[in-house]
Amino acid sequence: MTIDAKKLNYRTLNEKLRCVDEECTITSCMGQRFIASGMSNKSITIEGIPGNALGSYFNGGTITVHGNAQDAVGDTMNDGTIIIHGNIGDAAGYAMRGGKIYVKGNAGYRAGIHMKAYKEKVPLMIIGGRAGSFLGEYQSGGVIVVLDLKRKEKKCVGFFPCTGMHGGKMFLRSRCEDVVFPSQVVKRNATDEDKMELRGYLKEYCDLFALDLDEILSSEFTVVTPDSKNPYRQMYVAN
Amino acid sequence: MSIDFISPEYDVIRNEDRCTKCRICVQQCANGVHFFDEKRNVLISDETKCVNCQRCVSFCPVRALKIVKNPNGLKANFNWCSDSINEIFKQASSGGVLLSSMGNPKKFPVYFDRILINASQVTNPPIDPLREPMETKVFLGKKPSEIERDRDGKIKCKLEPQIELSMPVMFSAMSFGSISYNAHAALAKAASELGILYNTGEGGLHEDFYVYGKNTIVQVASGRFGVHEDYLEAGAAIEIKMGQGAKPGIGGHLPGMKVVGEISRTRMIPEGSDAISPAPHHDIYSIEDLRQLVFSLKEATGYKKPIIVKVAAVHNIAAIASGIARSGADIIAIDGFRGGTGAAPTRIRDNVGIPVELALASVDQHLRDEGIRNNISLVVGGSIRSSADVVKAIALGADAVYIATAALIAMGCHLCRSCQSGRCNWGIATQRPELVARLDPEVAKTRLVNLMTAWRHEIKEMMGGMGINSIEALKGNRLMLRGIGLSEKELEILGISHAGE
Repeated sequence: MTIDAKKLNYRTLNEKLRCVDEECTITSCMGQRFIASGMSNKSITIEGIPGNALGSYFNGGTITVHGNAQDAVGDTMNDGTIIIHGNIGDAAGYAMRGGKIYVKGNAGYRAGIHMKAYKEKVPLMIIGGRAGSFLGEYQSGGVIVVLDLKRKEKKCVGFFPCTGMHGGKMFLRSRCEDVVFPSQVVKRNATDEDKMELRGYLKEYCDLFALDLDEILSSEFTVVTPDSKNPYRQMYVAN
Repeated sequence: MSIDFISPEYDVIRNEDRCTKCRICVQQCANGVHFFDEKRNVLISDETKCVNCQRCVSFCPVRALKIVKNPNGLKANFNWCSDSINEIFKQASSGGVLLSSMGNPKKFPVYFDRILINASQVTNPPIDPLREPMETKVFLGKKPSEIERDRDGKIKCKLEPQIELSMPVMFSAMSFGSISYNAHAALAKAASELGILYNTGEGGLHEDFYVYGKNTIVQVASGRFGVHEDYLEAGAAIEIKMGQGAKPGIGGHLPGMKVVGEISRTRMIPEGSDAISPAPHHDIYSIEDLRQLVFSLKEATGYKKPIIVKVAAVHNIAAIASGIARSGADIIAIDGFRGGTGAAPTRIRDNVGIPVELALASVDQHLRDEGIRNNISLVVGGSIRSSADVVKAIALGADAVYIATAALIAMGCHLCRSCQSGRCNWGIATQRPELVARLDPEVAKTRLVNLMTAWRHEIKEMMGGMGINSIEALKGNRLMLRGIGLSEKELEILGISHAGE
């Protein structure tokens, strides 16, 4: 079914969405916040621009956006897939604990901040373009991939990536010679084994955005992991 | 001895005439203070490890043990007291940040102790709670500022979501991780039996406790540990933790050694990994951003649950509270600088924040001045030690109070302030299975229920004495309070007169 979001506020829009079980398309979306917040097993396509906190606490299903998305996409998301055929704003996937966020374009600041993982729940965020500063800050689990597909002069990530990172893994399609990482992470070139792992993550992404997986994988990738899961252990003395 | 040698704080005195060498002390002390020397057939103590938790003293069947302050010490100096010198020794040898537990122990004024409560004499007779009905029930949440009627003149009764409490006290946030499974179980059971609420803290909620959902506040903090849709739906209210009285302005680190088994599963992080709560929520840099989190939580739970925003009592708290009241939140919780903690940097705990009495009085007044007091309920904690503190807090303007340290003491905490070690001999602030097993959740629950039942009766007696038969009539009733030994400025902030006036 189709919901015309024109002149609907976010509360009414979400009330309608909650009642829908079948596939649903939202048209004329214009900045309505919190779309599908906390919902499960929804299949939603959005035409237009959803507002902040799209799919916050999202608990399963698929959200596809034909356009850009704003801040806090997939905040504390637990399960499901969010696909953005455009760019996303700041703090995407904050404390994400499961599910996938696929972005065709660029991500703003603080993407993947405090992403977590536990056993089989390993969240995945793939950014087709570049990522802003503070990528993967406090990352404690999960996987972040930055492809920088339209590679130009600029760096693939902004300043201070991986600050406070103490878990998870990051793949950056670049040698990252111009990127400054903090001292508590280890940066190395991707091995064949890493690329095998990456292939698993990228397959669905490449299918979705009609990209050549092998061509992407033929590039050099940098892998970043933390060197300690207890970064603050040495900092304290009992008093 | 090295230059870093710090004379032990306590002496362990063992009365050899009484001691039967039963070795219960050895078995009870997880710090390893007591040990038995087989060769010499004597019990020996290593007092350097003693934290004065009184476990061995309490369990010695012949009362042979005493923990006393070690008379050996540095030369008396008012400015360079032994604590200051010893802290320098510790830092000079380790280079570490000093880490402490529980609330600020320093000698700052306790305003609750400088406030006196009124009673009726001759006119407006006192009420005897033993024979007359007294209402201690309170509802927390937004209240309408005027009565609305429909076309037929009937009152529109639809209210914003509320929490109902049988008495104006709740157990405040203590995470599963900082305290044990059995301690959480006791709090949940007690809250359920008492008709009040307890708070999960930021470590998520163990599935076993979902059944106590209608007596549970679920917390969302900057680390978002254990936050997912089922968790949000499980509670009766959701608390956004912006700050904590014991450590305003900083986040929390649950050390990896405590992230084991169920803790790891409930928080959804791997075993042994540090659980780091960043100082800020990285998506909240303004009141508008806070509003976004408030409403994303309301959207995720269908507007059925009140949202609490918890902040530490700091300078300009009145303006901060006004912002929170306008963010769409239903309840503000203010945590004073004496609030407890499982671990905080000593310097922050002892030097940052302000007393909750002053914060409460100024927030209540500010919200009244702005005409938005009804938009939001006010809960205060850090630290409420008795029913008298509860009555004073309510008369200063609180709708309800949060207690945590008092609840821990009821469960057996002896306030040795060593939670950060993870070796709590009373089974509360520990994850070691053999220590956790020492805390019987049923016994602890009963003790919590006893404490609250006693407080509730005392509250009724104090209210009755004032000729007040309902908490509602006490709320913000500052005429019932007088200050003693306070400056004019202090009285002005508290909004009360001096005793004798």
